[in-house]
Amino acid sequence: MFTVQMLGIVKRFGDRVANDGIDFELKMGEIHALLGENGAGKTTLMRILYGLYTPDGGEILIGGNPVKIHSPRDAIRAGIGMVTQHFTLVPTLTVAENITLGEGGVLVDLRQIKARVEALSERLGIPVKAGARVGQLSVGEQQRVEILKALARDARVLILDEPTAVLAPQEVQALFEVLGRLRCEGISVIFISHKLHEVMTVCDRVTVLRDGRAVGTVEKARTTPSELARMMVGRESFGVHRQGERLPTGALLRVEGLNVRSRNGSVGLHHLSFEVQAGEVLGVAGVSGNGQVELGEVLSGMLRPDAGRIWVGTQEVTRASPAALIRAGVGRIPEDRHASLVGELSVADNLVLDQLEHFSRQGALDRSAIRRNAERLIAEFQIKALPETPVRALSGGNMQKVLLARSLSRNPLVVIASQPTRGLDVGATDYVRGRLLEQRARGAAVLLISEDLDEIFALADRIAVLFAGKLMGIVYTREATVEQVGLMMAGAPLERSSIKEVARG
Amino acid sequence: MVKFRLEQASAPLWFRPLIPLIALPVTFLLTTLLVLWAGADPLKAYYHFLIAPLSSRVSLIEVLVKSTPLLLTGASVAFAFSAGYWNIGAEGQLYAGALAGAWLGMVLGDVSPVAGIPLMIVGGFLAGMVWALGPALLKTRLNVDEVVTTLLLNSVILFIVSYLLNGPWRSPASMWPQSPEIAQGTHFFRLLPRARLHFGFVVGLAVIVLEWFVLQRTTLGLRMRAVGLGKKAARFAGLNVNRTMLTAALISGGIAGLAGVGEVAGIHFHLIESISDGLGYSGIIIATLGGLHPFGVGLAAFFIGLIDTGAQSLSRALGVPVYLGTVVQAILLLVTLSLFVLQNYRLRRA
Repeated sequence: MFTVQMLGIVKRFGDRVANDGIDFELKMGEIHALLGENGAGKTTLMRILYGLYTPDGGEILIGGNPVKIHSPRDAIRAGIGMVTQHFTLVPTLTVAENITLGEGGVLVDLRQIKARVEALSERLGIPVKAGARVGQLSVGEQQRVEILKALARDARVLILDEPTAVLAPQEVQALFEVLGRLRCEGISVIFISHKLHEVMTVCDRVTVLRDGRAVGTVEKARTTPSELARMMVGRESFGVHRQGERLPTGALLRVEGLNVRSRNGSVGLHHLSFEVQAGEVLGVAGVSGNGQVELGEVLSGMLRPDAGRIWVGTQEVTRASPAALIRAGVGRIPEDRHASLVGELSVADNLVLDQLEHFSRQGALDRSAIRRNAERLIAEFQIKALPETPVRALSGGNMQKVLLARSLSRNPLVVIASQPTRGLDVGATDYVRGRLLEQRARGAAVLLISEDLDEIFALADRIAVLFAGKLMGIVYTREATVEQVGLMMAGAPLERSSIKEVARG
Repeated sequence: MVKFRLEQASAPLWFRPLIPLIALPVTFLLTTLLVLWAGADPLKAYYHFLIAPLSSRVSLIEVLVKSTPLLLTGASVAFAFSAGYWNIGAEGQLYAGALAGAWLGMVLGDVSPVAGIPLMIVGGFLAGMVWALGPALLKTRLNVDEVVTTLLLNSVILFIVSYLLNGPWRSPASMWPQSPEIAQGTHFFRLLPRARLHFGFVVGLAVIVLEWFVLQRTTLGLRMRAVGLGKKAARFAGLNVNRTMLTAALISGGIAGLAGVGEVAGIHFHLIESISDGLGYSGIIIATLGGLHPFGVGLAAFFIGLIDTGAQSLSRALGVPVYLGTVVQAILLLVTLSLFVLQNYRLRRA
C-alpha cells in the first residue's frame, strides 16, 4: 500500500520538459531518496506534489484515492508538508509562534501554544526551544522548527528539499536522527539530494531521476554507491568515440598543488596535481558538487586559486586573467553558457568579444570584418542563426556552438571544457563531442570536466576522479571499469578501489 | 467569466516612440478633476500645457533652451548606464562643470571667444570628470556601491557652491549670492537673434551624435555594452570590466560637466546656487525614457523640455498655482514610465 503515488507526471516550462512522465511511489514509514543531478527534475516533481506547480499531465493518488492538489493549502490538507532550502520563518517571533502561525483563529493564547509545541516536540523527539526567538537559532535548529511546523499540521508525508545543503556535518547527523524517529512514527519522508553518501546513510529506497525521467527505484540494501552514480550520470552513448591511443608527447597543461578554499558551502579544491598531454583528453569525472565548478573556473581565469601553480606549455598562468589565458592559448568552454555570452548582443558581436583588437582600427570597430568572421564561423560550426541575431534567441545547442566557435577557431593549445554537453539534445551532444575529439587529433590538450560518465568513457584517454575537492586518482580509460570509477566517485581512493576490484574479480 | 492573464511579450520596436503620445490622453483623464478643482478649464489647460509651447517662435525656442542641458545630462546618464555603472551624480557633476566655467570666466579676463569657448568646454568636461572620479575609483577598486556615493556627492558640491557664493566669490556688484559675471570672451554665442538659444545646444546635439558613434561603432562602446548587459560574460571574454566601467564613469561625468558650463556660459553668465534645480536627476528619467539609446535620449530630452515649458505656460496663462503644472508634469512622467514597463506584457485570455 502506497501513501503517495505520482503516475506519469509531466511538467513543461516553455520548450523544456522538466518532468517527462515520471512515476514515483512512496510507502508508509519509509525514507525515500529522490536522487539526481541538478536540473534532473527532483524539485519540480516535489513542487508539484506540494501544490506549487500544476502538472501538465499525470495523476496523484493519496492513500489510493486520486486527488487534485492546486495549492500548498490542498497539500497540507492531504497531509503533505515540505521544508524548502529557504526557510519561511519569521525571525522576530518565537518558535512556538512560528509553528502555530498558519493556523487561523482570532485570539492567541501564547502560554497554551507554547505548551502544545513542547508536547509535540517531546512526542516526536525533535528537540526545539519553544520559547526562543527564531532569529537567534542556528540553521540546524531553524530547520527542526520548519520540520515541526509541517508536522504540527498533521503531515504524514514530509518533503525535504536538499536539507543538508545548509548544514554543518554535526547538524547533518542530528537531522538524520530526527528522520529515523519520524520513520518510527510511521511518517514517510522524501529526501531530495544529489549526495550519494547521505542517501546511502539515511534512506530505505532511492528513486533516481535523470533529464526529467525516472531511471528507476532501488532498495538501499540492494544497491551500491557506484550503481547509483551510474544511474545518475549515465546517458545514452551516441557513437562519438575517440579513435586509437596516442603517445604522450609532452604536457601542455600542468597543475601542481592547486588549492581553493571552500566557501559558502562549496567543497573547494585540495592539493590537485595533474598533467594533460598534447593530443590527449583527460576526463574529470565525479558526482556534481565535488569541486568541478571550482576547477573549471580556476582554469578559465574566473576564480583565483589560493595556492598552487598552473602552466600552459612553458608559460606560468597561475593567477592569470581571462585575457591572459586566452593569449596563452587556452580555449574555454564554460559550464554556464547563458552567463558566458551577452544575451542582448548579436552573435557576431559575441564571436569577437574576446579578440576585439583583431577587429578594430584605432578603436573603431571594423564592422565588415566582424560580419565576415561571423558568417565564416556560422557556416563552419553550423550555428543556426544570422550574424545579427541576439544570442538570447538561440537554443542551448547553438549557444554552445557560438562558444565553441569563439574559442576553438583560434586553435588553442589547451581546451578546458566544463560540462560541454549538459542539457543538449542528441545531435548537439554528438556535434560538441566530435569537435572536442578534433582538437585532440589536432594535438591540443583537452581537459573534459563532465558528470556524464559515458561521455568520459567515450572521449577521455585518462580519467581523473574528483571527490570532495580531492583527486581520488587517475586511471587509463582502456584499463578502467565503470565500477572502479563509480567507487572512486563515491569517495574511495584509487588503491582501495582497485584492490576491491581485484578481490571481486 | 472571462479570465485574463499577463504574459511577457515585448511590443515591437516602432511602438516605443509612440508611448509618450499615448501617455498624454491618459494623463489628461487622470488630472481633469484636479484642474477643475483649481478652477480652470481642462481643455484650455491642456492646450497651454502642450500646444501653446509649440505654436509660437518664442516658446518653441524656449523649449529648445530648456532641452539644452537635458540633452547633456540625459546623454551623461545614458552613457554610464550603458556600461552598468549607475551614475546618479550627474547633478553634482553638472555643478562641478558650472563651477569650473564660472572660475574660468573670472580668471580669463579679456580672452577672445576663439580661445575662451574651447577652454570653457574643456574645463567643464574635466571638472565633471574630476567630480566623478572618486565614486568611480571606489566602485572599481573596492566595489563600493556607486549609487550611494554619487548621490551623496551631489549634496557635497551644493554646499561647496553655497560656500563660494556666500563667501569668496560673492559678486561685489550685487548683494545676491552669485559669482561675478564671466568674461565676454567666454560667453557661448547666441544661435538666433532675439533668443536665448545658445551654442550649448549645438554641443548637446554633437554629444548625442558622438555618443551614438562611440557606443555603436567603437571597441570602447562594444566593451561598455557587453559589461553593462552581462558583467560575467564580459569578464569571461577577457574584457577588463573595471577599467571599462571607470572610463564610462569619467566620460559620463565629463558630459554632465558640459551641461553646467552651458548654463553658466549660455544663460546666466554667472554661477548661482539654483543653476540646476534637478537637471541631473531629470537626466536619469531621460536616459530611461530614451532606452539608453542616444537618439532616444535626444527625443526624450526634447519631450521633457516641452512639458517643462508647458507646466510654466499652463500656470501663467490660466492663473492657477505653479504647482498644478508641476503635478500634471509629474503624472505625465509616471504614466509614461508605467507604459514603458507595461509594453513588456500582453493581455491574454486565460
